[in-house]
Amino acid sequence: MVKVLRRLNVAVDYPAAQTCCGQPAFNTGYWDEARTLAKRYGEVFAGYDAIVSPSGSCTAMVRNFYPELGTPPPPTYEFAEFLVRKLGVTDVGARFPAKVTYHDSCHALRELRLKDEPRQLLRKVKGLELVEMDKAETCCGFGGTFSVKFPMISYAMDEVKCQSIAATSAEYVVSGDSSCLMQIDGYLRRQNLPAKTISLAEVLAST
Amino acid sequence: MTTTAQQFLTDATAKAADLRHRAVIQSNMASYNAAVARGKARFADWQNARSRAAQIKWETINHLDRYLEQFERNVIASGGHVCWAETSADACEYILSLARRHRVHNVVKSKSMTTEEIHLNDALEATGIHVVETDLGEYICQIRGEPPYHIVTPVMHLTKEDIARDFHEKLGVPLTDSAEELTMIARRKLRQEFLSADMGITGGNFAVADTGMIAITENEGNARLSFSLPRIHVAIVGIEKLIPRVEDLALFWPLLSTSGTGQAITSYSSLIGGPRGDGEPDGPEEFHVILLDNGRTRLLADAEQRDALHCIRCGACLNACPVYQNIGGHTYATTYQGPIGSVITPHLRDAQEWSHLPYASSLCGACTDVCPVRIDLHHHLLHNRRNAVRRRFDHPLQRLAFHAWLWTMQSPARYRLAGKLGALVCRLGFKPPRDFPAPAQESFRDWWGKVGQASCLSNPERKTGKMPVLL
Repeated sequence: MVKVLRRLNVAVDYPAAQTCCGQPAFNTGYWDEARTLAKRYGEVFAGYDAIVSPSGSCTAMVRNFYPELGTPPPPTYEFAEFLVRKLGVTDVGARFPAKVTYHDSCHALRELRLKDEPRQLLRKVKGLELVEMDKAETCCGFGGTFSVKFPMISYAMDEVKCQSIAATSAEYVVSGDSSCLMQIDGYLRRQNLPAKTISLAEVLAST
Repeated sequence: MTTTAQQFLTDATAKAADLRHRAVIQSNMASYNAAVARGKARFADWQNARSRAAQIKWETINHLDRYLEQFERNVIASGGHVCWAETSADACEYILSLARRHRVHNVVKSKSMTTEEIHLNDALEATGIHVVETDLGEYICQIRGEPPYHIVTPVMHLTKEDIARDFHEKLGVPLTDSAEELTMIARRKLRQEFLSADMGITGGNFAVADTGMIAITENEGNARLSFSLPRIHVAIVGIEKLIPRVEDLALFWPLLSTSGTGQAITSYSSLIGGPRGDGEPDGPEEFHVILLDNGRTRLLADAEQRDALHCIRCGACLNACPVYQNIGGHTYATTYQGPIGSVITPHLRDAQEWSHLPYASSLCGACTDVCPVRIDLHHHLLHNRRNAVRRRFDHPLQRLAFHAWLWTMQSPARYRLAGKLGALVCRLGFKPPRDFPAPAQESFRDWWGKVGQASCLSNPERKTGKMPVLL
């Protein structure tokens, strides 16, 4: 992500004081704990024009759920959203010669309403062939603590997802959220399926 | 963990690995999705229809006292009776005393989740009353001795072959592979039941305040026979089923049928406005409406989640839910399954006993997107989780873990150390219970310290005011 932003002449900083947005606590019901981190986030990132995150999930936490915690959300953007909607860029000069399919992370898709933005970016990547899977919008089954509390449901959802990925015979499954990719990667490797996982940022950074 | 939660985990684990179940549900969902897509295309503006329905329901639920009393006045004015039932027991007792008074021996029922909720069949059978479900799906459930798998399609989990086997074993008819023949078998059996019934019990999809009518949506004509043939008709509805005006059905009927089955409108749509009037050739001698609370006023009192009472029981959120698709309806062990069930059950029943359900969701939000009355389903699951923690239904170890986690996250040094420890543990050969990617050789933070920061600092735009930031 840093490489792509640099290529687009965007000045990037990484405040070393940052930790977590608080979503794991928030989603498990620990709103007081989440609120502490939401306030902290506001302090750490105060004064920047934009906070860019390679995660629809973290971005949704800040934008949609910080207000529920009574904390104003700092201007936070998901990476593809920032490139396409804020910078107005779809061609980032990337080259990635492979057949890929895109997995919509639930939070990017349904909390942030990002559907076409990552695809616009992928379509401009040289050598890249984008194929849609049947269940692109179906949850991978990660769901944070859900995958720990209900591992078999999570695994079954992962299986449904990965069968849909495999049916496209894509070499890579791309997503904006690394937690989805971690979940998907687990099933693909356990079942020795050929598709590999890669984040959208990594694809866009490739030349 | 409560016994109920333990049972849920056991059943969910078994069902999630049941590939036959998954194949049947996926096939049925594919047909449903195709039908619903065609159905939505018939609306000039589906999203606007949802918003309008949500507005009407919001208005109704937020003035429910007024609409309920208006409804009651109108039912009474047209010769009907109204019972306000605070609990399941009150509702069952009203029906039982009515049955005693009228010497009822045989009851026919049309499909009603509200009667499932109050376990009416058990109550009737305990007093020796013969009760028969007349909706084909519910009839199959009754024969099998199991509760509905789904609030709209009670036997979605069964194939034609499964049903043929049940009919063969329980009704003693020859095995058949014809769906039409199976339907005819049920039809022949049920015809006799309709003719000998003393009382017909139905639910109600909507209760219309300005006319005092019950609106019933169905595809088999069994509800129409159930309320028009027997001497007594009892309709039982949850208090949230109110709509203000009869013309609101112009929106709600197609909305319900589209979300429920993809139909433009169901085969039979009935409005029941009272008992048989003077000079009318058919209809019951008595018409009773039971308005059931059974915990709904607790939900009504919760301003944050009150919109869960907008639900018109279309089943769309169950169908959209990837958890429901993998664990099936019976695993929930509730009357109302899937996302809406996980939202309302902790309110309607014991909050602690059912506190596991809101956690059995990946919070993917597919339910909220399909809800025709725009209930904020997956956010209500979050509210339920917060309420569970506030009321200390959470496991002490989980609470401790989140305290420790917060302590770690409040300090960048501890955060960094935790990351390094995790990577080290993985490198030493620890295998987590689920597959986990190998940690990177170098963390982003380390890379940033050595290389990244320097390269970005050399960026000329670094000097031009505020910068976007990488998280």
